Amino acid sequence: MQPFTVLESLGCALPAANVDTDQLIPARFMKEPRSVGYGQFLLYDVRHDEQGAPDPEFILHRAGANDAEVLVSRRNFGAGSSREAAVYALVDYGFRCVIAPSFGDIFASNSVNNGLLPAVVEEDDAERLLTALGDHPAEINVDLVEQRIRVAEVDVPFTVSPVWRTKLLNGWDDIDMTRQHEETITRFAKDYARKFSWASPQPPETNIISKG
Amino acid sequence: MSTPTTLFDKVWRAHEIHRSESGQSLLWIDRHFVHEGSFHGFNKLGERALPVARPDLTFGIADHYVPTLARDLDGVADPKVRSMIEQLSYNTQRHGVTLFGLDDPRQGIVHVLGPEQGLTQPGLVMVCGDSHTATHGAFGSIAFGIGASEVAHVLATQTLWQTKPKVMRITIDGQLAPGITAKDIALTWIARLGADGARGYAIEYAGEAIRALSMEARLTLCNLSIEGGGRCGMIAPDQTTFDYLRERPWSPKGEAFEQACAYWKTLYSDPSAGFDLEVTLHADEIAPTVTWGVSPEEALPIDQALPDPENISDPAKARQARDSMAYMGLSAGQKLTDIKIDRVFIGSCTNARIEDLRAAASVLAGQKSRVPGMVSPGSTLVKTQAEAEGLDRIFIDAGLEWRHSGCSMCVGMNGDLVASGERCASTTNRNFKGRQGPGARTHLMSPAMVAAAAVSGHLADIRTLSSQASATGVY
Repeated sequence: MQPFTVLESLGCALPAANVDTDQLIPARFMKEPRSVGYGQFLLYDVRHDEQGAPDPEFILHRAGANDAEVLVSRRNFGAGSSREAAVYALVDYGFRCVIAPSFGDIFASNSVNNGLLPAVVEEDDAERLLTALGDHPAEINVDLVEQRIRVAEVDVPFTVSPVWRTKLLNGWDDIDMTRQHEETITRFAKDYARKFSWASPQPPETNIISKG
Repeated sequence: MSTPTTLFDKVWRAHEIHRSESGQSLLWIDRHFVHEGSFHGFNKLGERALPVARPDLTFGIADHYVPTLARDLDGVADPKVRSMIEQLSYNTQRHGVTLFGLDDPRQGIVHVLGPEQGLTQPGLVMVCGDSHTATHGAFGSIAFGIGASEVAHVLATQTLWQTKPKVMRITIDGQLAPGITAKDIALTWIARLGADGARGYAIEYAGEAIRALSMEARLTLCNLSIEGGGRCGMIAPDQTTFDYLRERPWSPKGEAFEQACAYWKTLYSDPSAGFDLEVTLHADEIAPTVTWGVSPEEALPIDQALPDPENISDPAKARQARDSMAYMGLSAGQKLTDIKIDRVFIGSCTNARIEDLRAAASVLAGQKSRVPGMVSPGSTLVKTQAEAEGLDRIFIDAGLEWRHSGCSMCVGMNGDLVASGERCASTTNRNFKGRQGPGARTHLMSPAMVAAAAVSGHLADIRTLSSQASATGVY
């Protein structure tokens, strides 16, 4: 994964609270293979009318939005469904960082697993950033080394778990990390199976084999 | 003497394989459920040409995309939906994973099936690529939803990196009044603390009212933990739990069950164990509750009226209330019982177990629903049980559709959708914009309250409905 250090890009303001993962990608698009590119589905029902016509006023349809890599929003961003597709939609659209006062737990871990930084700011600072960006994509600087965000004169700190910061700074992948512990895992599994023998699933005598 | 420990910490410690310098724990996973949506995870595994590390601890369940009109794959009109179900069959078969597929008499929604089959047990760590995995914590296990990258990680290693959350305890003292359910407990605490009120916490539910809940009701309560932002929700196992688990198909048998039970009895929070946050409610404070907005935190007791954004001092909250009312087509100060509905849905991993269907049927018996709607049992075994009890007749005679089991209209992936602009009284878990279909308007409530709304044609108070009905001898 591409390491994340300092990002100098355009930012978009999405001044709404509770932007849940159902809004980030409506369920009906999730049967598509990733190869089609999930960016087209991002916030689909929020930025299109019922006939599928794009809302020209929506921030992602403003000039420059295609080059934006940072999204700023309000409280509880990414709440709800564990669908990683919500992160795929953001990443495939081109976003590398979302800034909000709080994030849905599962969304935040999914983000880090895809190189997308979930940066937590104070509620007041989120409002200052939203105001500074305005209703058009504008220049923004996100510095993961110093943990600061700058838009014009506004300069605010952000937090991110130290574990995630390290992962993002290095572009590390969990499976590689875990496989270094293979021996420890094998030993643990053996001890565990002895100590908690009943925890191994016991198939019923008349187990049905399902074909589909 | 050992340090007083919470239930959560006891289970966590038993599964910690390794702790990194940065403080992340590598956890052993006892059960991993995969469903049609897990194809991203299987594809990631395929990209690395890795096998499934522990197929014996992995279980496939077809639920998110299954048709509810028939059990026949050929009848699925949308080839992409069909392909989702086929991919799960292919991936599980290829990796030697047990599948509860469309044709299986045990098929059901993963969070109904797991407990029902005895796969869910106290003291385990369980994961699934679905946020409502918190449900299984009702047995005193740590159970939580994960994303596709994590699904791939568990498939490849049977472990997961996790940062230990803080632990909060929600205590409900006293006894719930008749007609008040686990759904009402959940909506009440979420309305009070907010949809992110439990963010960063594992929740333990405790207190007299919780102990009195059936296994089914505990599952409903833990299921909704994620709607308040909790990482997971759990309840210490007790006699109710052990009685439920005895004789389940996948439960330990004979001597092994007794050994397991002896261990399970140690799984409780020690009396002086410290919690990072304590919240206490009295059962008297909990009324039949419905949501009026587009977040589960926008919930109120049924006898109240919508707020007036003009009177909300916090500008962010006022703005959110205005936005929610605009989407829901409601106005400030409107009485909840004046809200007319277009449709009802009884189903989902939250409220489609046998007790839920019985509660709804008891209100609908001998009555007609004033609006169309459907009932989708939580599992095929629940469906069979309901039919043996004649509940299907009650629903059909009331004018509702009796469907097969699946996630159905809770998430609409299989095509069971609420039309744009339509208002649905629903036993499900999310009233998000567009959740039940683009433009759909969802009101969450308990099964009996959905039934009450169905017979009334508008949101209704089960307490006054029952007293009217019992006065005329109907109820």
